[in-house]
Amino acid sequence: MIQLTVNGSTKTYDGDPAMPVLWYLRDLLELTGAKFGCGIGLCGACTVHVEGKAIRSCVTNMSDVSGKRVTTIEGLNPSGDHPLQKAWKAANVPQCGYCQAGQIMQAASLLSEKPKPTDREIDQAMQANICRCGTYQRIRQAVKMAAGVRA
Amino acid sequence: MKTDSITVVSRRDFLGGVFSAGALVLGAGVLPLKADTPAGAATWQPSVYLGLEPDGRVIIIAHRSEMGTGIRTALPMIVADELEADWKRVKIEQAIGDKKYGSQDTDGSESIRDFYDPMRDAGATARMMLESAAASKWGVPASECKAKNHEVIHAKSGRKLGYGELVALAAKQPVPKKEELKFKTAAEYRYIGKNVPITDLDDIVVGRAEFGMDARVPGMVYASVERSPVFGGKVKGYDDSEAKKVRGVAKTLTIPPFQQPYGFQPLGGVAVIADNTWAAMQGRKKLKVDWDLGSNASLDSAAYKKTLQETARRACKVARNDGDVDAAFKTAAKIHEAEYYVPHLAHASMEPPVAVAEFKNGKVEAWAPTQNPQAVQETVAKAVGLKPEDVTCHVTLLGGGFGRKSKPDYVAEAAVLSKQLGKPVKVVWSREDDIRFDFYHAVAAMYMKAGTDPKGRPVAWLQRSVFPPIESQDNVDAKYGSFELDMGWNDVPFEIANFRAECGPADTHIRIGWLRSVANIPHAFAVQSFTDELAAAAGRDRVEYLLDVLGKPRKIDLRPPAGRKGDDPYMLDTARMRRVIEIAAEQSGWAKKKPGNGRALGIAVHRSFLTYVATVVEVEVDKGRLSIPRVDMAIDTGKVIHPDRVRAQLEGASVFGTSIALMGEITAANGRVTQSNFNNYPVARMNEAPLETHVHIVASTAPPAGVGEPGVPGMSPAICNAIFAATGKRIRDLPIKKQLA
Repeated sequence: MIQLTVNGSTKTYDGDPAMPVLWYLRDLLELTGAKFGCGIGLCGACTVHVEGKAIRSCVTNMSDVSGKRVTTIEGLNPSGDHPLQKAWKAANVPQCGYCQAGQIMQAASLLSEKPKPTDREIDQAMQANICRCGTYQRIRQAVKMAAGVRA
Repeated sequence: MKTDSITVVSRRDFLGGVFSAGALVLGAGVLPLKADTPAGAATWQPSVYLGLEPDGRVIIIAHRSEMGTGIRTALPMIVADELEADWKRVKIEQAIGDKKYGSQDTDGSESIRDFYDPMRDAGATARMMLESAAASKWGVPASECKAKNHEVIHAKSGRKLGYGELVALAAKQPVPKKEELKFKTAAEYRYIGKNVPITDLDDIVVGRAEFGMDARVPGMVYASVERSPVFGGKVKGYDDSEAKKVRGVAKTLTIPPFQQPYGFQPLGGVAVIADNTWAAMQGRKKLKVDWDLGSNASLDSAAYKKTLQETARRACKVARNDGDVDAAFKTAAKIHEAEYYVPHLAHASMEPPVAVAEFKNGKVEAWAPTQNPQAVQETVAKAVGLKPEDVTCHVTLLGGGFGRKSKPDYVAEAAVLSKQLGKPVKVVWSREDDIRFDFYHAVAAMYMKAGTDPKGRPVAWLQRSVFPPIESQDNVDAKYGSFELDMGWNDVPFEIANFRAECGPADTHIRIGWLRSVANIPHAFAVQSFTDELAAAAGRDRVEYLLDVLGKPRKIDLRPPAGRKGDDPYMLDTARMRRVIEIAAEQSGWAKKKPGNGRALGIAVHRSFLTYVATVVEVEVDKGRLSIPRVDMAIDTGKVIHPDRVRAQLEGASVFGTSIALMGEITAANGRVTQSNFNNYPVARMNEAPLETHVHIVASTAPPAGVGEPGVPGMSPAICNAIFAATGKRIRDLPIKKQLA
C-alpha cells in the first residue's frame, strides 16, 4: 500500500508499485493534465512536481512517490493565476497546447529554485521539454515575464 | 463551397451531439432547446455554422480541426465579426464529422481560404435577418436599423433590441439571397485582423483542455497494439501466455492485416487489452508474435537512396518543358550540376495517435484527435462493415497533427477492437509506434543542372525529382508523383527561357503521407540551394541574384491551359514574391551584415499554399556547432484574419524547419524503421531552435491564402545557404547532423 498526496489530497494506491506515476494520475485518478509524450523521460510532456521539483512522471514509479507530495498542473493554481499561467496567457504561448502543462510545470520548478533565471538557465531547464509546434520563443518570453526579468 | 442559408436539422446534429435533446424542427430553423422547453425559447439556426439562443448566446460551430493553428478561433471570428456579435457572448462548439459542413479535412493550409466566404455569409445573413426583425417590430425600414455589438439599433428613435430578444422574430424573416448580402467594410471590423486570444487558452494553461489522449467513456478498456516490424507483414501466430500474466491485462485480440492499396487502413496486428494504458503496454512487451514479414523486409535505406539518386541522373518523365533546354546547354557559357537529398521524415506530433471508439447496436461512436472526421467515418465504416453515416466522430483537440492525423488508421483500430469486445476501447500508440508506423514524408533525390550566361544567369535549367508518391496510398502501381509536382517543382517562377522539370519513378516500401508543407520541403531545398550555388559561382549577391532570376514582375497562370477560365485571384505574382524578398532582406539587415567569424545570413524564397514567404536565417558555426541566433520571415498571405496566429505559425515553422534541416531522418534496415523515439529521432529543443524568429506580414487585400505550412519549406535552404556563406561548406544532403564537424 502506497500513500501519497496529490494536489493536496491524500491518496492510497495498492496496485503494481512499478506503475509510472503518469498512468496512475491519468488512468486511475483521471487527472489528465500531465501528458504522455515519449514514455522514456525525453520530452517532458508528463512533467509534474514531486516535493515541488519537476520530474518526469512517465519514468517515476509509484514506489518512488510513497509518502511524497505530488503536484500536477491541475493543482498548480486551478484558477490559472500562477504568474507563469498569467504570463503564458499574456504572451499567447500555446499552439496545440499538448506539451504546455509540462512546460509550465518545468518552468515553475525552475522559478522556485531560481526566481531570476538567466537566459542560459532558462535554456538549460527548458530544453528538457519538447514543443513540436515550436513555441520556444514565447515560452522563453513568458518565463522572463513571470520572473520579472527583462525579455 | 456554398453555405445553405437555412438547414433543417436536429439540435443533436447542430451541436455535434454535444447535447442529447433532438427534436426535428421544420421551417425557419427554430430549434427547441429541449422537448420541455417553453414556446419561444428556442435556438435559431441561420446556418450550419451558427446558432442564436434566446438568452443572447451565439453558438458558432468550429467544423475544422484544431491542431495548434488557431483555426478554432479564427473561423469563428469571421462569423462573429459579420454578425456584429460580442465575442464574450460567443460559445464555440466543435462539430462532429458531417458532410453538411463541407470539407472538414484540415490540411493543405486551406481552412481560411476555403471558408472565409462561407463564414462571412453565415454571419452577414444572420445580422441582416436580425436587422429585419427589429425593423418589423418597430415598423421602420430595415435600412434604418443597424446591428452593433449584439444589439440592433434604430438611431433615429434611439431604440435598441438585444439579439436574444430578436431571435424568435429573426427566424421568421425572409432569408436574404447571397447577392443581397451586405458585408462590413474593413474599417468596421471588430475582430478580423485583430488578436483575439485563442479559444482554448484558459483551459490549456490549467490542464483542462481535452485532447484525444484525454478522452474517456464509461466502461472503457485500453489497448496497445503490436504491429509488424516490416510494412505489410502478417501475424502467423502468437503466444500471449506471458502477456496475460501481467496484472490488469484482460485478453488479446487480433486486428486483420490491411489489403493493398493501404490507404488509411489499420496495419493489423495483435492487441493487448487491459484496464489501464500501462498494463496494456507492459502486456504487449510480453507478447511473442511470429510474423510473416512479406516482401518489404529487404528495404535498406542506403541502397534505396542510391537507387533514387541513380534514377535522378537519367532522363525521367517530363513534367514541364519550356524552350529547348538541351540546345541551350550546348551554347551556355558554363554548366553547373548538383544533387540534393532529403530523407524520410516522421511527424512526431507531441500527442501520439490515440482514439476511443465504441461499437454498439450497429453504430460506432468515436472520439479522436483527427484532422479529418469525415475520413474517420469512411475508414471506420469500412473496417467494421457499416455505412459512414453510422459512424459518429467527435473531434477532440489535437496534440499536433502535421498531416499524420489526417489518416485515421488508429481510430479504425479502436473500432475494430470495440466490435470484437463489445466495450468501448481506447487505443494508445506509444512514441515508438508513432515513429515506426507513420505515414512518412517521402524521401526525395533531386538532380539539378543549369547552363549560365557570362553573367552567371541561367539560360537553361533542368531539374529532376525522384520520390515515392503519396498516391501509393490508393494505387499499388503508382511510381510517379502527381500533385507533389505542383509543390515547388513545376511552379518554379524563375524567368528562364529554357526550363525542364522531370519526375522519376520510385517504388514504395513503407507508408507514405503528407507532412507539413509536403513536397515543398525537398523541392524548395533543391531549387533554393541550387540558386544560391549559382549566385556563389557567379560571385554575386544572393538577394540581387534571386531577384534577377525571378525576373520582371509578372503574373503566371499555373492552371492547366484547358482550365484557364476567367481571372484567377491566386495567380503566381512575382511582384509579391519580390516584395517578400526585399522585406526579409531589409528587416534582417542583409546589406549591412557581412559574413565573418563563422556568422552569416542565408536566404530562400518559396511560394506554397498560395502564400509567399521569404526567409533569411542567420547562423553561427563555431567549431562545428551550429546555432541560429535569428530568423526573419516576410510573408504575403493575402488578407490576414488573425495576425498573432500567423506570427505563431511562422515562429513554429521556423522551429519545425530547423528540425528538418538539422536532425530529421527516418531510415530503414531489413525493412524495419531504425528510429523509435526522441533519442534517435530528435526534434529541435529550445537550445537548438532559432533564438528569435521575426515575422513581417505584408499588408494585403488579396484573397486569404495558407498559413500553417508555407513557413516550413524555406528553412532548410536558408539555413544551408547561410552555412555556406559562413563556412564555405555546401550541404546537399539533409539532415545536416554532424556534417559540420
